[in-house]
Amino acid sequence: MSAFWCLVRRDLRLAYRRGGDSVNVVIFFLLTVTLFPFGVGPETAILMRIAPGVIWVVALLAAMLSLDRLFRGDFDDGSLDLMILGPLPLEMTVLAKCLAHWLTTGLPLVIASPLLAVLLAMDGEGFTTLIGTMLLGTPVLSLIGAIGAALTVSLRSGGVLISLLVLPLYIPVLIFGVGAVDAAVYGLAARPHILVLGAMLIVALPLCPWASAAALRLSVE
Amino acid sequence: MSDQGSSAASGIIAKGLSCERGGRRVFEGVDFAVAPGAALLLRGPNGSGKTSLLRMIAGFLEPPEGRLTWNGRPFGEVDDEAGDDPARIAFVGHLDAVKRALSVAENLAFWAGLYGGGGGGVNQALDRLGIGHLAELPARFLSAGQRRRLGLARLMVTPAALWLLDEPTVTLDEASVAAVEALIAEHRDGGGMVMVATHAEMAIPGAAVLTLGAAR
Amino acid sequence: MHRFASPTFFMRYSAAILPWAVRLTAALIAIGLYLALFVAPPDYQQGESVRIMFVHVPSAWMALFVYTGMAVASAMALIWKHPLSDIAARASAPIGACFTFMALVTGSLWGKPMWGTWWVWDARLTSMLVLLFLYLGYMALADAFDDPARGAKAAAILALVGFVNVPIIKFSVDWWNTLHQPASVVKLGGPAIHLSMLAPLLIMVAGFTSFYVAVLIMRMRTEIVVAKLRSLQMARVERRS
Repeated sequence: MSAFWCLVRRDLRLAYRRGGDSVNVVIFFLLTVTLFPFGVGPETAILMRIAPGVIWVVALLAAMLSLDRLFRGDFDDGSLDLMILGPLPLEMTVLAKCLAHWLTTGLPLVIASPLLAVLLAMDGEGFTTLIGTMLLGTPVLSLIGAIGAALTVSLRSGGVLISLLVLPLYIPVLIFGVGAVDAAVYGLAARPHILVLGAMLIVALPLCPWASAAALRLSVE
Repeated sequence: MSDQGSSAASGIIAKGLSCERGGRRVFEGVDFAVAPGAALLLRGPNGSGKTSLLRMIAGFLEPPEGRLTWNGRPFGEVDDEAGDDPARIAFVGHLDAVKRALSVAENLAFWAGLYGGGGGGVNQALDRLGIGHLAELPARFLSAGQRRRLGLARLMVTPAALWLLDEPTVTLDEASVAAVEALIAEHRDGGGMVMVATHAEMAIPGAAVLTLGAAR
Repeated sequence: MHRFASPTFFMRYSAAILPWAVRLTAALIAIGLYLALFVAPPDYQQGESVRIMFVHVPSAWMALFVYTGMAVASAMALIWKHPLSDIAARASAPIGACFTFMALVTGSLWGKPMWGTWWVWDARLTSMLVLLFLYLGYMALADAFDDPARGAKAAAILALVGFVNVPIIKFSVDWWNTLHQPASVVKLGGPAIHLSMLAPLLIMVAGFTSFYVAVLIMRMRTEIVVAKLRSLQMARVERRS
């Protein structure tokens, strides 16, 4: 297990030293959400109606844009080869990297989301549900995204291709994430949605690293 | 060659290995045996498959034909042998796996930690390779030769029975090459096995030589 | 198993099967279309436009059937390393994508008289749209690799991941649809199917399946010949160097 945390610590340290990564993601999040009032008009009623959906979609896009660097750095400098050879099972390696990725990408999004909810005039009822669903959903986004990142890591220009592969798989998370917040805002039961999100996380935790590991082994052939 | 039973089939034995890369047959019918304490030098022109063979033994590639056994058991999955089974492999390829944002010592400490940290200390390893004085330096300031030595220092902190080295002495000066040769000798004395692919002349006494691409 | 796995064996027996598959396809679709267009009665609610169902529903079924076939072939390619499997999977993808596209277009055409618009985010159509993206993603990934064999393997993993997700996506989209359209909308399934409508429907499905088999065989044969050509070219380059 200490190998697992060793890897998480290293990835966190690298993200911290590179600077910018988490901050860029949050800035992108803020900027893109800000585009919507320009697009649909500043009328509160409209913004309130679209707020949960917009926040979730943009969070999804922000998470997706950072996927390419999940494995690419290690692939390019040969570290991935060594991780595959090491005693830590590759699935655990993927899980460790997903955890570090989430801490530097997903978690900042979760923390920034209430601010954006305020900007889009979202009803106060929805705030806790928004944070809760994003806490459950963003790790799933990292896990599913890891599969796309692993499949494309050996390609020169993986960027746009990752979006094509991963976005259809993100749709269920989006539906239930927004569904929960909408339900909370309208005073309906958000619990079923949250339970489904939780179930997705539980299922994704073993399955996504397994698929990602298979894809990574393929990439180093 | 066919002595599976008698010598307890220790070490690595390969029979009839072939390799295909991108639809092209790179080599075929490769046989060799490396016993504990022995060394094998891989020679051959560029493109003859030295790197592919090393990667095949490391487990990254599957040979379309042929058999590879370790102490009589087939290699199978690379991480089958994880845990305290000493059949661990140390691989030093063309790339150095050095993170520029980390310091030299941090780079090595990471690999030591990831591989279970059972080997010698990080500082000792750095000193042996002559980069001990650079321990706190961010790795982005290293020269190519120093990066190479950092990669090789990994061999000391990640204990393994088999060393696979792909062109280890590229960019190294004479003193460093001597240090590497000494490391290899010590490893062999301890019963370890070494396979080295190299164009250079290295002092590895009693090493068998396997030349790829000879029968083209 | 391994006797059937050789490409040469496949080339031989597929050459025998192919003409029959083509004839069967032509016959089934001709009969099916005749029954669909002239014999089946018009719907009391939708009138003549219900006849689009005879193309739309089989297309939708085939879209899903072909994806399932791709997933099965991908599993065989990854687990048993069956050499023809990844060729079959890659050859199937564009066919399945076309079926999906056809299902979307006919669905849209069918819906226009009912809904008044060319597109509506109906649960079934939306699921079909996502399926189309899954197909396109698969094709993009397989083509992105220089080495076709590696591309096929990566795409195989993607196909399996996608396949596992298809029921999840279907469930999610259905849920989402009921959330946003509490009033029941005329669904694209229509009322329960009467025998006079069932027969042409099944014949069309059979015809489409036969079409798929015929085109799949053609594409696989082409793929095998292309692979052979590639290796001959490589060998020629080798000998010259």
